[in-house]
Amino acid sequence: MSLALPEPDALAVAVSGRDRLALARALNLLDDRRPAARQCAAAFLDALPTDKLDTGGHLIGITGPPGAGKSSLTAALIQVWRRRGLKVAILAVDPSSPITGGALLGDRLRMHASGADREVFIRSLACRGEFGGLSAEVWPMSLAMLAAFDIVLVETVGVGQKEIDVSKMTDTTCFVAQPASGDSIQFLKAGIMEVPHVIVVNKEDIGMAARKTLSELKNTLRRQMDPEGWQVPALSASAALGSGIEKLADALDSHRQWLLGQGQFTARRQRCQAEWLVKHLREEFGRYGIGLLGGEEALFTALANSPRRSPIAEYDALRGRVMDAFQR
Amino acid sequence: MSTPKRDKPWLMRTYSGHSSAKASNELYRTNLSKGQTGLSVAFDLPTQTGYDSDHPLARGEVGKVGVPIGNIGDMQALFDQIPLGQMNTSMTINATAAWLLALYVAVAERQGASPAQLQGTTQNDILKEYLSRGTYIFPPAPSVRLTTDIIAYTVKNIPKWNPTNICSYHLQEAGATPTQELAYALSTAIAVMDAVRDSGQIGADGFEQVVGRISFFVNAGIRFIEETCKLRAFGEMWDKLTQERYGAQSEEMRRFRYGVQVNSLGLTEAQPENNVQRIVLEMLGVSLSKRARARAIQLPAWNEALGLPRPWDQQWALRMQQVLAFETDLLEYGDIFDGSPVIAAKVKALVDGATAEMARVQEQGGMVQAIESGYVKRQLVTSHTERMRAIERGDLKIIGLNCYQETEQSPLTGGVDSGIMKVDPRAEREQIERLNAFRAQRNTAEVKAALATLAETARGGSNIMPASILCAHAGVTTGEWSQTLRDIFGEYRAPTGIDIPANDDARSARAVAIRTQVNQTGEEVGRPLRLLIGKPGLDGHSNGAEQIAVKGRDVGFEIVYEGIRLTPEQIAKAALEEGVHLIGLSVLSGSHIEMVDDVFNQLGKVGLKDVPVVIGGIIPESDAKLLKERGIAAVYTPKDIDMNGIMVDILNLIRKANELKPVAVV
Ligand code: B12
Ligand SMILES: Nc1nc2c(ncn2[C@@H]2O[C@H](COP(=O)(O)OP(=O)(O)O)[C@@H](O)[C@H]2O)c(=O)[nH]1
Ligand SMILES: [Mg+2]
Repeated sequence: MSLALPEPDALAVAVSGRDRLALARALNLLDDRRPAARQCAAAFLDALPTDKLDTGGHLIGITGPPGAGKSSLTAALIQVWRRRGLKVAILAVDPSSPITGGALLGDRLRMHASGADREVFIRSLACRGEFGGLSAEVWPMSLAMLAAFDIVLVETVGVGQKEIDVSKMTDTTCFVAQPASGDSIQFLKAGIMEVPHVIVVNKEDIGMAARKTLSELKNTLRRQMDPEGWQVPALSASAALGSGIEKLADALDSHRQWLLGQGQFTARRQRCQAEWLVKHLREEFGRYGIGLLGGEEALFTALANSPRRSPIAEYDALRGRVMDAFQR
Repeated sequence: MSTPKRDKPWLMRTYSGHSSAKASNELYRTNLSKGQTGLSVAFDLPTQTGYDSDHPLARGEVGKVGVPIGNIGDMQALFDQIPLGQMNTSMTINATAAWLLALYVAVAERQGASPAQLQGTTQNDILKEYLSRGTYIFPPAPSVRLTTDIIAYTVKNIPKWNPTNICSYHLQEAGATPTQELAYALSTAIAVMDAVRDSGQIGADGFEQVVGRISFFVNAGIRFIEETCKLRAFGEMWDKLTQERYGAQSEEMRRFRYGVQVNSLGLTEAQPENNVQRIVLEMLGVSLSKRARARAIQLPAWNEALGLPRPWDQQWALRMQQVLAFETDLLEYGDIFDGSPVIAAKVKALVDGATAEMARVQEQGGMVQAIESGYVKRQLVTSHTERMRAIERGDLKIIGLNCYQETEQSPLTGGVDSGIMKVDPRAEREQIERLNAFRAQRNTAEVKAALATLAETARGGSNIMPASILCAHAGVTTGEWSQTLRDIFGEYRAPTGIDIPANDDARSARAVAIRTQVNQTGEEVGRPLRLLIGKPGLDGHSNGAEQIAVKGRDVGFEIVYEGIRLTPEQIAKAALEEGVHLIGLSVLSGSHIEMVDDVFNQLGKVGLKDVPVVIGGIIPESDAKLLKERGIAAVYTPKDIDMNGIMVDILNLIRKANELKPVAVV
């Protein structure tokens, strides 16, 4: 191991060819905060095949309260996807200790059954500060993974139940509800929680409580609809028994098909990147910084119309503009 | 001088077994001739986790920490010339308990003994395996079913058998306080007895019989007064529980019956001769109070923390028991604590504390749920972390380890064998040869039919024992029996319990200083420093790995730890995917050489030749040298209690690998 940086074009070729060591190095690079590394990372992302980033693969976010079974369901989904011949990459985000900054990355444990499968790649991330249950590296890393895998799934920390920022940075968001916990239903009803694309009540093996939560969710959903016109399915599953997992995989895929049918797929990916940029700016400079760039709405419009650029290069450019404005 | 009337002494055992059934049989017969009154069988890890000796996961482990029993042929050899109709045999076996009991019954039948004559114990407490001991296979639900099947079967057919030994021993070895030991062992007993009751295999009228067959396996630490009180508390709580919850009327049936192995966690590698005093004092905790005296005792040896004991070391431990039982006047008196207000107050405090914790477990739905959610394991890791920090700070004094370290050269560890037993490396190959020979001579059709019956029984709900005994006679192997059930029940991974909040020591000046350097180095190499803590092989000793993981988190590392029993291939895969800066292996079972070779081999395959690898565990000095020659960057053993120091070492190894100068942290 040394501090030398990789050659970005060659790395992009190797990653697209699903070289596992190259992908690992690319993820390390995307995590690297040294200025030279950021430049290299930007060049790497720019060198990735655009078709895969625009329309390729399926980027899925899985969220829900801690302990609802996100990791367990992910493990079960991996098995189903593998049986369907799909190659799967996971980004699992765990909390960092607020006191020590260190972290225990434990989601892998639940996905252990895939431990020897070379077509499954799991990278854990510490959520290092606040990023709505994500980590700032999630978006660039998702892109690298999309270049090599059919399915890329992001598991969030699942901090507060309202925080489902992951829904803004993925094609499809799946919310895992914990039986007998009414909170998610309350948040949905009150419109505080962003409506996910798929809702699943896990742990149906425990019976009554799970059925009750499911029917309450269904009732709530009947009165809510995604503004884009997608009918949100509410499913029931058990990661423990492996039941309902095929259906869950089908529902996730239906949403992708629906996005494709709507001709919205590429636009959504572009929007994801814009969301990431704005969120990142807000983290670093607050509302004020965004104001210096003309406000959120203007920023989104500008980003929607700007030419393709790696998120890192784009961010650094925006950051430069904020700094300039500060200095003026 | 007239001889006063003495109580009958407890059963004296030595936990042993190694290499092969034949070698272990010789050892048992020697031990019996020395006055040992019962057998306590240690199985090797493949047998305990349901693998045949030639399974890839068994590599390096066959015959190492116990005897390999792969089929009825091995079991016959193990008890050759030992009449099972007269012996009292304790078997430390859990996930595969039904299978080993089936083999035992089958051998007894072949010896001409009837099941009703058999006496002994199957440990058969799966819940503590998830918390401490690590040799579980299946998820909790089917595992508990196997447990209840054994209980129901033996109560009906082998009435003198102790079908389960609810264990608090292993909880203390994983850091439990006396209160936790009481609470979790009794909560486990509730889970098991409820399951037996709900299985409907025993009618309400026979349930008292079940209560009477439940026995315990407890621990006794160095604080022997408190331990005495703990045992008295156990007795009181058990009496109340069995009466109130299970309506047991007979006082006899409600008696708290237990065996002991005294504490081994506190036995040191440094100045190991001091362990003898510790062991003797610990034995007092379970013998002084007549009302709470152990039924059976087995003691570790002075060289516990160095490696496996030799026959002489075990003899010494047995002689300690004999001196206490036969030379002292202990057995001439009634209970010497009855009426002591000091003892009564301590017992009450323990009962109250344990009752409160048991209520918390019940609130969560019972012991099984509290294990699955990770709650109980987190409590244990928290207690163990507190213990380790107290040792590090010097608040908990351990002679020779963190105080009075100066010592003369020990004559005990000199010798050609460095004072421990080394298992002949040929044992594994020979065992595999025997297994192949056994497979070659059996009737395949009969084996297939027996396995089909077993599968059918497992899928349906009837008792697993008859089908298992059928398998035993048919020549099924340990691996086949287990795989059949794996296919039906699935496999499980228990929570690691390391996700506990940082404790106060994480704010100590030293921890903060290390953290600053860890962060600084993270910036220099570009990203936060990550460690993979890996436990390769079948070894289930997780304490060290857990403590290193928690400490690492507390000084600012990002830690990847997936729990016990990983293959070297899985470790290499995780190291790659997670982009770690250093790999730390932990191996206590003695198979470190094989594991390190395999891990390096796999790391080479995935292209990670240059990630530094360190190892910790029970590693004799001569092996440490060999490991370093193979490329291991550092070796740690139990005497390395300065965990902060270990963290600084690790930091500097990462710096070195990244061509940075070492830092000093004061
Ligand atoms: C506690 C204990 C247990 C507990 C384990 C609880 C748990 N969840 O960990 C229980 C009771 C369950 C147990 C069971 C068994 N045990 Co045991 N056990 C011990 C004991 C007494 C202490 C080990 C310990 O936890 N120490 C405390 C921790 C913190 O220390 P540590 O692991 O050594 O870690 C320190 C350093 O080594 C180092 N380190 C360790 N790992 C790592 C990793 C990294 C990355 C780094 C940097 C440092 C590092 O740092 C730590 C801090 O100082 C030892 C003897 C002894 N006194 O050492 C026997 C011992 C390890 N056990 C032994 C045996 C044989 C068994 C069994 C296999 C017996 C059997 N036949 O069934 C079983 C089965 C266990 C299994 N599944 O594998 C043998 C191993 C023999 C050998 N190596 O030749 C020993 C040596 C006892 C003996 N002399 O016979 N055991
Ligand atoms: N009964 C039951 N328990 C489950 C199920 N899925 C997960 N669990 C348990 O719920 C707990 C949390 O699971 P995990 O996947 O780590 O949740 P996460 O925090 O959302 O990722 C664990 O103890 C699991 O064993 C299920 O389908 N049924
Ligand atoms: Mg999780």
